[in-house]
Amino acid sequence: MDFSRPQWPESDSLGGVMRDTTNPSASGVQPSTGASTRHTRALPTPRPAAFTLKGVSQVKAGITVLDGIEVDMPHGEIIALVGPSGAGKTSLLRLLNRLDDPVRGEILYRARPITAYPVQALRRQVGFVFQSPVIFPGTVRDNLRVALALGGDHGHDADTRVAEAMALAELDHALCDRVGDRLSGGQQQRVNIARALMTSPDVLLMDEPTSALDPATADRLMETTRRLSREQHLTVIMVTHRLAEARRSSDSTIVLEHGRIVASGQTADVFERTTDPRIRAFLTMEH
Amino acid sequence: MMFFDHSTFTASRAIVDVSWFDLGVAFGLILIAVGIARWHGVGLAQRLVVGAVRAVAQLVLVGYVLVSLFALDRWYLVVVALLLMLLVATQAAVTRQPGARRRLVMITGVALLVASGVTLLYISTLVVRVAPWYNPQYMIPLFGMIVGSAMNAAALAAERLHREITARRAEIEAYLALGAHYDYASHHAVRQAMRAALIPTVNGLMVVGVVTLPGMMTGQILAGASPLIAIRYQIVVVFMQAAAVAMTTAIVTLWYRRTFFTPALQLKSETQESLSARD
Repeated sequence: MDFSRPQWPESDSLGGVMRDTTNPSASGVQPSTGASTRHTRALPTPRPAAFTLKGVSQVKAGITVLDGIEVDMPHGEIIALVGPSGAGKTSLLRLLNRLDDPVRGEILYRARPITAYPVQALRRQVGFVFQSPVIFPGTVRDNLRVALALGGDHGHDADTRVAEAMALAELDHALCDRVGDRLSGGQQQRVNIARALMTSPDVLLMDEPTSALDPATADRLMETTRRLSREQHLTVIMVTHRLAEARRSSDSTIVLEHGRIVASGQTADVFERTTDPRIRAFLTMEH
Repeated sequence: MMFFDHSTFTASRAIVDVSWFDLGVAFGLILIAVGIARWHGVGLAQRLVVGAVRAVAQLVLVGYVLVSLFALDRWYLVVVALLLMLLVATQAAVTRQPGARRRLVMITGVALLVASGVTLLYISTLVVRVAPWYNPQYMIPLFGMIVGSAMNAAALAAERLHREITARRAEIEAYLALGAHYDYASHHAVRQAMRAALIPTVNGLMVVGVVTLPGMMTGQILAGASPLIAIRYQIVVVFMQAAAVAMTTAIVTLWYRRTFFTPALQLKSETQESLSARD
């Protein structure tokens, strides 16, 4: 029996799962489901959901904040997590790169238990942008390079990658040598996004990234996020309290209330077709 | 050659003996302190009296214990005395720690044992060359001074580390979220805790003999020793305190830090309780 830790799954590109796995040396990484799979050509199945949650519950300070969450989060989409304060949105987001573990239930990342991945590698695949931007000591460049160094990457192309990440996050490259705490709130949040992109993640978790920004800056940040998702094939799971933002920017929406999912699906369906009067009331209220 | 000539350690001149009657006169000083405490309603008068009585009782007791330890001259009694000092120091360092946990008692105890033990061994075998190896006249006062400094360092390091990790929660989780190991994620907190624990010792080295005349050195001079002997002992003392403090700080900080994280590199939530509950 193989007790070794599972390897990282196949390539980041969408074609990765369609790779021929008949060659055992090509992929020793699939979960072992019996010897026969090795001789079966993999079907061109759709890529598994980024995350699948099965009966996930979470308790904090004795209070149940998530109660039996069952949901699939599709790959490559922007998924909005909405709901009133205290609904469990942040608690749910924190489970997805294991900043916390749930007290019950199972979370699958790309169809494998999230706990089967080495946690440091998982977190570099599943980036996190916090509600309040966190700026490390030093310049913007230092902030971004630390993300490379943490992956053991001290490559010569570091400056190129810093420039790329700054461009993706739409940060003026002239800010490169600015000390981090002398940036505006919007710039700081973009530094946090750029820093998260330095690890070339598949998923970006964003906890109310626009809550501290004025509406115009928030709109521009959302535009950046939409473009990143489209161009980088990035799955974005975003907590937001701005319903208009969720409605405009997301592909899917999950509505949480008291730690339970009360509605989920394509954003248009959730907003247009929900009949439950309470959810309707929440979704149509002004924020 | 011995670093110290022990014969000069005994009185070279007549020592003024403080009699019990003289002590009664000295108690007048406490009455001055009590008077001041009462005068402005500080409310500490009673505690001052209790403290003074306790100080007298403890010191008298220790005096007799030391006399009998010296007279009995048994290695195992000395070892028991040293261990007892270690236990009391551990207890003192851990009480009043925020979020004190049973784990911290063990960490502090082991840190004090290792740091003070290594330092005492070094001093007693290589510097002062105590003979016989357990000679209580040297081992007990030396260990007392070592453990006293180490105890303060342990308390400072643990208290500061707890405070830094609580205050830097966002920063630590931001590092963890980038795939950092906990040792990198908490390195700013650890650095601050180590500085806080080491600074009193470093400052002490700077001002010793200029601003402060250490108690041990003063005591030797009062007891009739040459100041030149007293300073040499004092130099040994400040060096051994620096070593014990540094070792204690390193052990407590690095070991205590681990208790804040889960094996899955998650910052535990005990420190989160003080923060407002989030979604």
